[in-house]
Amino acid sequence: MIIMTNIMESLYNIRILDELAEKRTVIHNIHPLIKLLTTIAYVIITVSFGKYELSNLLPLLFYPIVIITLAEIPVIPILKRILVVLPFIIGIGVFNPLFDPEPMLVFLGLQISGGWVSFLSIIIKGFLTLLAALILISTTGMTWIASALRLLRIPRLFVLQLLLTYRYISVIMEEAGRTWNAYMLRAPGQQGVSFKISGPLAGQLLMRTYDRAQRVYQAMSLRGFIGEYNPGEVKKVTVKDCLFLGGWVAFFSVCRYINLPALIGSVVTGVMT
Amino acid sequence: MSHHIVDFIDTYFTYPDQTQAVKGITLCISHGESVAIVGANGAGKSSLLKLLTGICLPTKGEIRIGETPVTKKTLPIIRQKIGFTFQDPDDQLFMTTVYDDVAFGPRNYGIGEPEVEKRVMKALETVGAVHLKDRAPYKLSGGEKRAAAIAAVLSMEPDILVMDEPSAALDPRARRRLINLLRSFMHTKIVATHDLDMVLETCDRTIVLKEGKVVCDGSSTTILANEELLEQCGLEKPLALQNCPRCGAKKE
Repeated sequence: MIIMTNIMESLYNIRILDELAEKRTVIHNIHPLIKLLTTIAYVIITVSFGKYELSNLLPLLFYPIVIITLAEIPVIPILKRILVVLPFIIGIGVFNPLFDPEPMLVFLGLQISGGWVSFLSIIIKGFLTLLAALILISTTGMTWIASALRLLRIPRLFVLQLLLTYRYISVIMEEAGRTWNAYMLRAPGQQGVSFKISGPLAGQLLMRTYDRAQRVYQAMSLRGFIGEYNPGEVKKVTVKDCLFLGGWVAFFSVCRYINLPALIGSVVTGVMT
Repeated sequence: MSHHIVDFIDTYFTYPDQTQAVKGITLCISHGESVAIVGANGAGKSSLLKLLTGICLPTKGEIRIGETPVTKKTLPIIRQKIGFTFQDPDDQLFMTTVYDDVAFGPRNYGIGEPEVEKRVMKALETVGAVHLKDRAPYKLSGGEKRAAAIAAVLSMEPDILVMDEPSAALDPRARRRLINLLRSFMHTKIVATHDLDMVLETCDRTIVLKEGKVVCDGSSTTILANEELLEQCGLEKPLALQNCPRCGAKKE
């Protein structure tokens, strides 16, 4: 039953992003294309930093903080999602300290190797880019992101794939929830699914979700769906939108080329002396 | 008004696993008729509806909606004329809000946003679900989901309304609301169902299927009173026509 509740909880969690996207705040009202472009710029700038550039990365945290605050997004569910992906990011950088043991800087009397610095930089970059992506989904919604991608002339097939995969996640979760329920009700006292049954169960799940997805697709095509999803009237890009994009791209560029923490540090120390 | 006539001409359908679901059905439903398709489980009701909407294409024979035959090429035209509600409304409601779901069809047909809004609001008003427009479909109750699913096809302003088990899994009040709604529709209605009491109230004509063939086709009141026929087809006389369950007193 524990697993069952976990599945249902995850399902609820998945939908929370969709629900957040329905809010009406300053950020939600910005044109989807502008938000998508800003996010792409943010991701590119973030990953473009060298592997030892740690302090330069920090000012980039300003962007997610501002957007989260203005869009009234709850922080905990977003952070939880990043935690799910974090093991993969750690997996990518975990051997860096072994391969790169050269001491690089001294912090509180401890010598820190280049490997540790680059490992930390991978984690921070992963964190920031994931955060930006999740913020984009929860302020824009998948359907509008898809329409923005179409505006960027991304082929219809890819956009559709993205949209349907996203929908398929909730379909598979719902079916999985039902299957678990049925299994657990007839297998009291078991911690999980027995190894012998797990094969047929997974097969069943696949067949059932396939059927279900087929019906959803039929329902879509019966209502005139021919591969191009139209989420409604696409707003025009306004001056405000352009200022949003321009402002943030300028800020990201400043972060990229000027070491803000060092600059602020020198200004502060300059004033002090 | 020949354009709303539904014609099945000696139609056969076999599923890929070789199950013969429809075996030579010929029938004609004319404009404005309300028709119930009844039969035991596996009699071919759902297959018939799938053929009508072009989800499946007949292995032999022909289906025509007005002058247009149902073929792969004509599907977009056919589907604009037919509004089909699924047995499980969850299959049909896939957008994040009820409004977007009801707007899905009209938007796909390239209708301008002001007109889409008009249609959506009208459809929601018809089913009494305006207050649900900003809600997430998966959070609705069974009756509300059904109402939203019906609104989602009404917004396409179809000529023919096709429903698969519309009263399944509804509580008595939601079922009553559905019956009243169905009675108020002037569309051609084709309803596949096991709810024979609902048929009695909403459909003038009944078609009884058994093992993929039409056993009987005629007025609902006559067919649903024929106990022997219903028994043979795995059905039961509607409660409204049965004797008093407590004292056995005959119906007037």
